[in-house]
Amino acid sequence: MANLNDHMGRPIVAVTGIGVVTSLGVGKADNWAALTAGKSGIHPITRFPVDHLNTRISGMVDFLPSSSKGASLLTYDLAEIAAQEAVAEAGLDSGDFGGPLFLASPPVELDWSERFSLYNSDKHDIGAERLLRVARGMKGLDVFETTQFGSIADRLADRFGTRGLPITLSTACASGATSIQLGVEAIRRGECDRALSLGADGSATAEALIRFSLLSALSTHNDIPEKASKPFSKDRDGFVLAEGSGALVLESLEAALARGANILGILRGCGEKADDFHRTRSKPDGSPAIAAVRAALADAGLGEDEIDYVNAHGTSTPENDKMEHLSLSTVFGERIGSMPISSNKSMIGHTLSAAGAVEAAFSLMTMRESVIPPTINYDNPDPAIVLDVVPNKKRNAEVGTVLSNSFGFGGQNTCLVMAREPV
Amino acid sequence: MSPHHVVISGIGLVSSLGEGPDAHWRKLVQPGLEPVLEASRFSPYTVHPLPEIDWNLQIAKRGDQRQMETWQRLGTYAAGMALDDAGIKGNDDLCTTMDMVVAAGGGERDETVDADILAASESRNDRDVLLNEKLTTELRPTLFLAQLSNLLAGNISIVHKVTGSSRTFMGEEGAGVAAVETAAARIRSGQSTHILVGGAFQTEHSDMLLGYELAGYLHRGPWRPVWQRQGLEGGGVVTGSGGAFLVLEQREHAISRGRKIYAELGPVISGRAKRRQGELDGEIAALLRQAALPNGELLTISGASGAHAATAAEKSALDANPAIAARGFSTLTGHMKEAQFPFAVALAALAVERKAAYPAFDAATEKPFNGVPRTVLATAIGYHQFEGMALVNAAD
Repeated sequence: MANLNDHMGRPIVAVTGIGVVTSLGVGKADNWAALTAGKSGIHPITRFPVDHLNTRISGMVDFLPSSSKGASLLTYDLAEIAAQEAVAEAGLDSGDFGGPLFLASPPVELDWSERFSLYNSDKHDIGAERLLRVARGMKGLDVFETTQFGSIADRLADRFGTRGLPITLSTACASGATSIQLGVEAIRRGECDRALSLGADGSATAEALIRFSLLSALSTHNDIPEKASKPFSKDRDGFVLAEGSGALVLESLEAALARGANILGILRGCGEKADDFHRTRSKPDGSPAIAAVRAALADAGLGEDEIDYVNAHGTSTPENDKMEHLSLSTVFGERIGSMPISSNKSMIGHTLSAAGAVEAAFSLMTMRESVIPPTINYDNPDPAIVLDVVPNKKRNAEVGTVLSNSFGFGGQNTCLVMAREPV
Repeated sequence: MSPHHVVISGIGLVSSLGEGPDAHWRKLVQPGLEPVLEASRFSPYTVHPLPEIDWNLQIAKRGDQRQMETWQRLGTYAAGMALDDAGIKGNDDLCTTMDMVVAAGGGERDETVDADILAASESRNDRDVLLNEKLTTELRPTLFLAQLSNLLAGNISIVHKVTGSSRTFMGEEGAGVAAVETAAARIRSGQSTHILVGGAFQTEHSDMLLGYELAGYLHRGPWRPVWQRQGLEGGGVVTGSGGAFLVLEQREHAISRGRKIYAELGPVISGRAKRRQGELDGEIAALLRQAALPNGELLTISGASGAHAATAAEKSALDANPAIAARGFSTLTGHMKEAQFPFAVALAALAVERKAAYPAFDAATEKPFNGVPRTVLATAIGYHQFEGMALVNAAD
């Protein structure tokens, strides 16, 4: 009989369903095949014209019917597809999930296509006054709902029959990890036996791209798109904006075993720490990220020597990769040079609000398949960052525990520790 | 393991009525208080505008103020007041271990740039190219950060050094409900000892009005109290700028620091009615049942927005219980979206602590309450979706 409680007497949280969508494809099978083949999903932008743009590549999800229908509809579809895959794998009723929903998704705004269409449907007044005038006469809720922060989760709650008030959250690029953390905490508190944690982001609009560009956050290596995201390389020059979704069905181990579910992995620990240094930069000593990693290890009840592999945040920005190396080498000491640490973002780009959930999904698969996906485009190592990044080719390895990092603007640092087996 | 009790040990409030719990109390206990209204700037809509605020009082560095627009300043300001009130501001040990859950929408867009692009779109067919052309040259780079939902929390970390953890919930009133509910659950279970929770809403921006008006939710024409807008022109919501932050604390933790306790936070209950299927009446009744209301007269601080359907449903549910004396504070502050529920809980805590009820905010509709309120109900029935309630109890 397995131990059902963890080192702090809390219910152990198991993963019984996983779903994922990225620019590499829909579903775990396609994603895993591409990811372990070292294939990149980064490609030229075709969704909108790239005139005047410094960055003309991305990891957008362009193959769904809703891909051209605006951030809100695409984000919903991404979340729905990943959640459906996860719930089906868990063997649960996909219309009556029976637990709470946590959704990490991008902040919403009225899409420009809607703004243009509203504005040009009238001739009175100018600017915002005209938009308000047109809005007053509108029928139907479709446009309105794209501007409500709770609407995507509301639709998902209907679709999957989740319980109670769904929580929509944002911790910037750590959002996906936070959504998993909220699910873990709810189960540990005994509020529910299972939770559906999602991260979805379909918000790669022209305006989003321009905003990140203006902050000098994006790679401008447009010529060979699949080479643009190169975490830990000397010539890395920014992240590649991307879309995707990840979904986990989380369950107390006890409830999962009781219904005979297949245990795909264990969510052992979560840690977080906010940074008060700057809106986009981390504290130079890395102390908040270090504290987040240590908090996750402590929460998991594992020592520094008990992590087999790190699924890095690894955005390919000069700042992140330097700071992530500093934090990891501080926590893991000399061992850091021989620990495998790879970045999925080298292939799928930065899926922003979804990243933490997508990368948790891949971390769990890494343990199940005993294969570590590579960091591709590692042709020109940064001599200041000495890491075993699993360069360019997948590696077969037994992986029992994974640390997955997520760091974001606004001082967000969230780390997850996952394990293959309950104990 | 017996659950920990959750108390409210700090309150920060800003609305058109002023700033701070004391100022709000003094205003709100005046019978027949007139609301502060701005009816011309956004005509045909009326809003409750921000009062004059000296940002320097809570955001010492001008550089920090410049990095934010009004929404983030307002939230950071209200959060600072709550921290001050709880004796946590400036205390490194308490700030670095303090958790935070912020209920947020988005920040202000650049209206001038937007208007310019819209005007140009009338004579251009290549609107996507126009967009690239204008946005790449006219957007202020740092404005993005002032718009990001989680950057209100980010600014609170930077300005007030709250760094235990930082989470932002989105989703109108429901975000405020979930933020308070989750924060309370974390304290009850021992996952946290003290949490800053709240939100802010800055309505004096056309996009913030558009967010309601795309579904016709805003009241038009002359101002009326929140309960008296059914059947009038528009959708019934009059918005207000404001913010509300609470310091929630484990009771032992607050007592060991010798702090004043406003009130104990009792059960926090939330729900999601499928309103298009007519579930709202039943859902509100179910939440009231789950709240396990005490016997006797019950003061109720209602966050009703004025939105016709939701407000009618809430009013009929509250009227159905003769013990309930409701106070719809949106009459005096306007609807503050993500901040609405934290604001309701704060007003409930104030009444409990002052051992007195608020007079009717709308004497034609609300009935008197004569006793000493030892338990007060706070509600937020979303104008469009999501519902929540909490019971706030006397601390002694």
